Amino acid sequence: MASHSDNQSAETPTALPIRIQGLTKKFGQFYALDSVDLEVHSGEFLTLLGPSGSGKTTLLMAIAGFNRPDAGSIRFGEAEMILTPPHRRNVGMVFQSYALFPHMSVAENVAFPLKLRQVNATEITDRVAEALATVQLSDLGDRSIDQLSGGQRQRVALARAFVFRPRILLMDEPLSALDKKLREQMQIELKHLHQKLGVTTVYVTHDQREALTMSDRIAVINQGRLAQVDTPHVIYNQPANPFVADFIGESTMLPLTRDDSGRFFFESHLISADEPEKAGSDCSLVIRPERLFVIKDQAVDTEQTIVFPGVVRDFVFQGDTAFAVTSISDKHDLAFRFGTDASSSEHSMQPGDQVSLGLNRADVIIIPRATDL
Amino acid sequence: MSSGTAQDVDRNPMNERLLRAQDVSEQRMLLSLATPALLMIVAIVLIPVGWLFYLSFIGNDGQLSLEHYQKMVEYKSYARVFVTTFQVSILTTLLCILIGYPLAYFLAMLPQRMAGFFMLAVLLPFWTSLLVRTYAWLVLLQKNGILNDFAISAGIWETPVKLVHNMTGTLIGMAHIMLPFLVLPLYGAMRKIERDMMHAAANLGATPIQAFWKIYFPLSLSGMVAGSLIVFVLCLGFYVTPAVLGGGRVVMVATQITAILENQFNWGAASALGVVLLVATIVILYLAGRFLKLDVALFGKS
Repeated sequence: MASHSDNQSAETPTALPIRIQGLTKKFGQFYALDSVDLEVHSGEFLTLLGPSGSGKTTLLMAIAGFNRPDAGSIRFGEAEMILTPPHRRNVGMVFQSYALFPHMSVAENVAFPLKLRQVNATEITDRVAEALATVQLSDLGDRSIDQLSGGQRQRVALARAFVFRPRILLMDEPLSALDKKLREQMQIELKHLHQKLGVTTVYVTHDQREALTMSDRIAVINQGRLAQVDTPHVIYNQPANPFVADFIGESTMLPLTRDDSGRFFFESHLISADEPEKAGSDCSLVIRPERLFVIKDQAVDTEQTIVFPGVVRDFVFQGDTAFAVTSISDKHDLAFRFGTDASSSEHSMQPGDQVSLGLNRADVIIIPRATDL
Repeated sequence: MSSGTAQDVDRNPMNERLLRAQDVSEQRMLLSLATPALLMIVAIVLIPVGWLFYLSFIGNDGQLSLEHYQKMVEYKSYARVFVTTFQVSILTTLLCILIGYPLAYFLAMLPQRMAGFFMLAVLLPFWTSLLVRTYAWLVLLQKNGILNDFAISAGIWETPVKLVHNMTGTLIGMAHIMLPFLVLPLYGAMRKIERDMMHAAANLGATPIQAFWKIYFPLSLSGMVAGSLIVFVLCLGFYVTPAVLGGGRVVMVATQITAILENQFNWGAASALGVVLLVATIVILYLAGRFLKLDVALFGKS
């Protein structure tokens, strides 16, 4: 087969970086992808995270070769792939629907890519067994697909995607059809599998917790553009813009004013004196609800802590945490999340109670307010 | 329950009897809705077929006998009729597959709304009379018909080719009339094949041709089998088209039955032919059902 001149490298799998430049895809007047530049490092687990319709799946499909972009470049390593048909791209893919072939058994599904590559029969048997063992389905090779549970199908789809040792693995919301417990278990398994295979992985999800759990880096995508590409830690703690701050985790955004010497204020609170790199005057303070804490007998800011006195408006118990909304001024509320252990006194909070919420200055996040994202 | 004893209440939880009574009355309601249709089937299918079955075992002397069936074995002309019938049915089915598969594939690849429009074109012939369509083919195909005139003036062939009153004409007409019966179930099966299937095949390294033969074709097979069986069975008993376009040279079972009734007024012999055809059809459907999972193909069960 023409596609497998690179059989040699399939024997010793090496991960390949993906370099995307100026990738644009229009549907009529709508830009599904608007000149996207993205580099996925060799062996990295990168997640494309965004709301539905943001372009994340379109981007993944373009990498797999299932749609034809209007402009741009996609390279695997040094090789330009933009014109290469999907069957010659040699990337593994796990589909949201799994796309298992119902007229083939589990083992036949997994053997399919090997047969197409004209691997000899004994090696096919060995590699199928090995792949099924990796996803813990060794006993189920002879089953037909409709005899499998959702979680088992997911594993078969996974085995089929890596059995031919692709150097790039793509996954399109592979866990979205599973229930919560199984999904969380599979997240850990996928992460282990990625470490074992060492293959460059691009993973699509709209679930921010999944993205934070699994990724080396997250590319947050919105309206066909990348809003921020960075590690989960930076994405969460230093969001670059209101979209990322709002989409990842919970947050309250408070408008800031700036005085002549460039210091940021929220109402009468001095928030930050030294953020020279933040240009312009239109900025917001982002507060993560779980970073706030109750302060007992103090209502003024200190060197370490900003203190927001307020009145509890709503209080909800949610099991592992509880959630409260506190009015800190006529116009602004703060969302506040806290633990529910026996020692935490916040349990007894009632709407109407006076409360002071503290925020460590180290947890201050300042982002530009006006942005086209 | 007020009427039950204490023990009854233990074993029969609240309102159990009333709920079961509702169940039963709902089932009765459904059955009563089906009753007119069931009565109709009994009156116009079961009774006449039973009567024909009975007649086929009555000899020309009015006594119970197997003479009509014996004749079918003895006379070669009968065997020829059955051979012709199966020949025409098989060839028509193959022609329908040959024309219908690409057509259904084309329809299945179109966006839903466009496919609806083209499907209308496929179904349009259904709304005109069978007889009209058959005679239309006669006009097109006959010795001085439009097709021969055109071919001669275009220099494709020099003397009129015999396209009608023979097997060729019969097959052309039959295939045209049967085509929708194949395309409809096939199109349904093809629509059910997820686009991801073909993406997955390509992603795993299959060329478009490999993806078609290894994935798409097997998945569309259930629809093709269903359509083929419908076409084949309808062909077995077809009368008008072979009678008109075959011009007496293509004698199928239905034509033979008419001939026997018109020439000899022999109800017994005609019935025996009908019974053999019916039994042959049932056997074929049964075998097809055994080997091809017909319920899946015809009713979309999975």
